[in-house]
Amino acid sequence: MSKYFSSSNMTGGYGGENILNNCGIEVNQGEISVIVGPNGAGKSTAMKAMLGMITLKTGKIILNKQDISSFSPQDRVAQGIAFVPQTMNIFSELTVKENLEMGAFLRDDNINKTIEEVYELFPVLNDKKNQIAGELSGGQRQQVAVGRSLMTKPSVLMLDEPTAGVSPIVMDELFDRIIEIKNSGVAIIIVEQNAKQALGIADYGYVLVGGINKFTGKGRELLNNPEVRKAFLGG
Amino acid sequence: MESVDVINAFILLANFVIVPAISYGSQLAIAALGITIVYAVLRFSNFAHGDLMSFGTMTAILFTWLFQSLGITAGFLPTALLAIPFAIIITASFCLLIDRTVYRFYRKQKSHPVVFMIVSVGVMFILNAIVRFIIGPNDRTFFDGEKFLVRALDFKAYSGLAEGLTIKSTQVITVVVAIITMLVLFYFLQRTKMGKAMRAYSNNEDLALLSGINPDRVVMITWLIVGTLATIAGVLYGLDKSFKPFTYFQLLLPMFAAAIVGGIGNPIGAVVGGYIIAFSEIMLTYAYKKFFIYLLPQSLEPSGLTQFLSTDYKFAVSFIILVIVLIVRPTGIFKGKTI
Repeated sequence: MSKYFSSSNMTGGYGGENILNNCGIEVNQGEISVIVGPNGAGKSTAMKAMLGMITLKTGKIILNKQDISSFSPQDRVAQGIAFVPQTMNIFSELTVKENLEMGAFLRDDNINKTIEEVYELFPVLNDKKNQIAGELSGGQRQQVAVGRSLMTKPSVLMLDEPTAGVSPIVMDELFDRIIEIKNSGVAIIIVEQNAKQALGIADYGYVLVGGINKFTGKGRELLNNPEVRKAFLGG
Repeated sequence: MESVDVINAFILLANFVIVPAISYGSQLAIAALGITIVYAVLRFSNFAHGDLMSFGTMTAILFTWLFQSLGITAGFLPTALLAIPFAIIITASFCLLIDRTVYRFYRKQKSHPVVFMIVSVGVMFILNAIVRFIIGPNDRTFFDGEKFLVRALDFKAYSGLAEGLTIKSTQVITVVVAIITMLVLFYFLQRTKMGKAMRAYSNNEDLALLSGINPDRVVMITWLIVGTLATIAGVLYGLDKSFKPFTYFQLLLPMFAAAIVGGIGNPIGAVVGGYIIAFSEIMLTYAYKKFFIYLLPQSLEPSGLTQFLSTDYKFAVSFIILVIVLIVRPTGIFKGKTI
């Protein structure tokens, strides 16, 4: 029985050599799955494959018991999967509010309530709603990026290294918000460099090496696994 | 020097520099807006824009002739104003046709912007030929209605000044139509969902796709806007001066200069750039002799024309400004995209 959003047997890459070799990631609603691993392990690639941005040779993506393997990224977004890319993840020339509005582009209903919810989650965005998003600090921009992705009221949220380049305090704050989003029933997948902190908040962790699931298990278990600690968490 | 001399000098300047430059600047602004929007959304320099304007103007002239033959006029306003909406429909549809048959192929290939630019040169030649084939290369005036709003003689009689002020009705029409066009365009870009989506797509194409913005629709709306702007700019210019296909091709230089000076890709920059280029061109090619005669004591009166550049060199002005901007501040005044 696969979880709410799951991928299995994913093999493929950007043409040429395979980056993913039969790997699979799963997440349930109200859970956080974290993908960690060394550079070039295919962490981001696995996430992008689940969004449909990469043509896989083999693999199956299931969302809520429905096979969405053949869906385009846009169709998957329409199905309730939200994605926050690592870079270029905001409309830097638009205001904060316009960023949120664009996140809800596919919706025809009233989006004001969702905007208010995002402002509640990230109060600083309410204060800066009419500012150009590109002029905000790194952490605030990250909040805009996450806020934009929440505008479709997604059931799945995928974050590609959300804490890259932000200070440790901002990182903790961001993880707190991500846990809040999880508690509202969203299924969350995070790719992280900061493996320790990420596994700390993870319900489930995946350690990818060379595009293969090297270790999988509950976040705490992986953190306490001596082999994982030694290889990836610096002892 | 008496105060009346100062007034005369000012009227002289208004008559020969300020009024013509505001009207020419408005025409350039609308034209540069078209160029800047193609650059921002479709990411290439559209060299066919001048000839697109010429195509739009030709269509408007054909409709004007049709209306005139049917006895339909706009009273004291030029009949061409009635023809503009119809010309816009034809020109904008033609833009969509060109996109469907030409540009879409290169978009699917994800061609480099330079390839697009060269393709636009090809489109320019085709438009060029179509216009000459249909209406010919000759100079045409299609203005009718009341020619002057303020006549020099009336102004002199009314004010008792030595200098007369002429305001052509086309100049007023240009400014009014240009202001309305800009207001509608800026409202669309800033306030409507589709306008914001266009800006979002221009800013970050990948994220726009992830947000569910349909790129085909953005491209379509862009061409409709560009066709509309080109037609309006072309008709305003043609009404004010005259319609000659080659002149429209030559306008490419001041138009691009305007877009780049303001910051290409930035609509406000295009408007400001249009006025900067127009004022520079006219101010640098105007002979100030009479102006100085009014203001300076007799002993200091200039002997020559005190003209910085002959009007033959008016295109050099745009060119020099373009070069200076690209060297000193390549992003333009309003921080457009770097070329």
